[in-house]
Amino acid sequence: MVLKLEHVTKRFGKFTAVDDLSLEIPEKEMFGFLGANGAGKTTTFRMILGLLDSSGGQISWDGKPINYSTSHLVGYLPEERGLYPKLKVRDQIVYLARLRGMPKSEALIELKTWLERFKIPEYENKKVEELSKGNQQKIQFIAAVVHKPKLLILDEPFSGLDPVNVEMLKEAVIALKENGATIVFSSHQMHHVEEMCEHLCIMHKGSPVVYGALKEIKRSFGKKNLVIHADFPLESLGNFPGVVKAKSTMEGIQLQIEGEYVAEKILKEIVGKGFIRKFSLEEPSLNDIFIEKVGNSYE
Amino acid sequence: MNSFWIILFHTYLNKLKTKSFIITTIITVVIVLALTNINNIIDMFDKNGGKEQVAVLDETGQLFEPFKKQVNTINKDINLTLYKSSEKEAEKAVEKGDFKGLIQLRYNNENLPEATFKAMSIADSSLFTDLQTGLQQLKTMLTASQINLTPVQLQKLYEPVSFEKFALEKNAKTEEELNQARGLVYVLLFIIYFSVIMYATMIAMEVATEKSSRVMEILISSVSPIKQMFAKIIGIGLLSLTQLAAFLIVGYLSLTRNLESLKDGFFGVYGFSDIPIGTIVYAVIFFILGYFLYATLAAFLGSLVSRIEDVQQMITPMTLLVVAGFMIAMFGLGKPDAAFITITSYIPFFTPMIMFLRVGMLTIPAWEAILGIAILLATIAALAIFGARVYRGGVLMYGKSNSFKDIKKALQLTKNE
Repeated sequence: MVLKLEHVTKRFGKFTAVDDLSLEIPEKEMFGFLGANGAGKTTTFRMILGLLDSSGGQISWDGKPINYSTSHLVGYLPEERGLYPKLKVRDQIVYLARLRGMPKSEALIELKTWLERFKIPEYENKKVEELSKGNQQKIQFIAAVVHKPKLLILDEPFSGLDPVNVEMLKEAVIALKENGATIVFSSHQMHHVEEMCEHLCIMHKGSPVVYGALKEIKRSFGKKNLVIHADFPLESLGNFPGVVKAKSTMEGIQLQIEGEYVAEKILKEIVGKGFIRKFSLEEPSLNDIFIEKVGNSYE
Repeated sequence: MNSFWIILFHTYLNKLKTKSFIITTIITVVIVLALTNINNIIDMFDKNGGKEQVAVLDETGQLFEPFKKQVNTINKDINLTLYKSSEKEAEKAVEKGDFKGLIQLRYNNENLPEATFKAMSIADSSLFTDLQTGLQQLKTMLTASQINLTPVQLQKLYEPVSFEKFALEKNAKTEEELNQARGLVYVLLFIIYFSVIMYATMIAMEVATEKSSRVMEILISSVSPIKQMFAKIIGIGLLSLTQLAAFLIVGYLSLTRNLESLKDGFFGVYGFSDIPIGTIVYAVIFFILGYFLYATLAAFLGSLVSRIEDVQQMITPMTLLVVAGFMIAMFGLGKPDAAFITITSYIPFFTPMIMFLRVGMLTIPAWEAILGIAILLATIAALAIFGARVYRGGVLMYGKSNSFKDIKKALQLTKNE
């Protein structure tokens, strides 16, 4: 059940939204999709779901195209949230679940379980327009997962939620993955992807600039971060050979270095100059990688 | 259950349960009840049993009886009373409301009758006209006797000219039949006109609501937009049939109950007592086809707007088409065989109303009606295919959208380049 995108391209008139994108998303994994606004994430999702036809290339899941005959296996949380404002939560979820092929009785049981899990069982008979925005988002999430999809596409699932709810939703997503769903999600927040995804892809202007397993990406990036807190001035380290970037902080300095060997040299250099409170060699963050590849800040 | 049926019944049941739908239905049922009981209602408000009381001050002492006779042949419901007191008292009686008006009869210097009519207001022109006509006839009679015409000569003078009408076309409708057809066609045209506007707007609103609430994206990822569009059109169609059935049943029951009293009035003249089955069958066909034509149009127009506020603006051209068709049909009621009517009856957007008018009023060859229906069906099919493509792209488009350029943009979205 591998989701495969081969040389997928989408043009709107003269504008190319997605350019020659090839991805392979393994089964029962969580795949992160990063990119600035307008990078082509939503268009890619819409093509995966068959809402838009690609201008070129192939999309297949388990060797077959995704279309309305597989819609009962697919769940989708669109970036633009929306439910029927005048319908009760219960009618809404049951209707959407039935459209995805789940019988009413099963949908009701699933709905109850999810409402309990999100600690909002009292909203079952409320109209959606009466709920707070955060709770509407939870209902929206339930609408995407209630029919137990095998492939779940979440477009910005955590945006606009408070930290408590983000944690709640994250746990739910992880539980779904452990139950065997393949999950693709996009996020503005690098650390969500860093925390949850084994594989990821960073899109820039319709093309994938980084793609692969998270660990692999970090390792092959080569550069590391070095954080030093000390009692003596450290600014001069900015010109040390092998240092790519330097940024002074309140308590010391943060360096991006070409490799571990540079850290060793720096340590030798500064030992004996005074008291070193912190000397820590860190893996590069996705944000660093993003900035390096895309050329501007993301968050 | 197939997702098509799920959407169909979801649309149908949800609309059926809305307050606005229930209220409109109830109000219309009340109106239907009122219309079918109109005679009883008029009687209820009319204390004098529909008779108008008029006081007559006869200065001549001779004119009252012949005048009363003349007036009563014109209108049985005018009740003339000879008033013996003075003019002042008669005026007071009119002011009190005992009489609708008073008429003073006298001779002029040529010894011919003349009159003055006084009433609280002279807005009721039919009463006034009837009295005048009565007096005019009386005057003619008196003049004739003054110049010594014999009763035989007089009768000749009054004998109506023999004037018979024959339509040469076979099966052509007689004058009486034409009048009957006119009434029925008029009512059915009205039903078609109102339903098309009302339910087409309902569809456009429904689509725009789903789009503006952004639930559309989930829907179209579950079920194909084309299936959704047609499920919705048929769902609302069922709703319209439900509503019309309610009106017709109430109307029919109430009508059959009052049929006796209504026979002499409006309903008798316009021949609702024996309704030709053919006309009803055509009405149903043209109602359904007209509905599908405009519903498809409305659905794809609705898919182009992002905000509910823009719906009205978007469907205005469509509404104008319906209104234009209705106007032409109204004109055609008086002159159903005009060339203009014949031509417009083949224009698909007008066919439901105007072709129906022609089959209802005239005896046209069957192929003409069938040709009209065929053109209409072809247009519906073309519009459905085109509309479905626009719909598919339109539902994904957001932003300022209230121009017809968006149709092109929507089509582009669905294209495989």
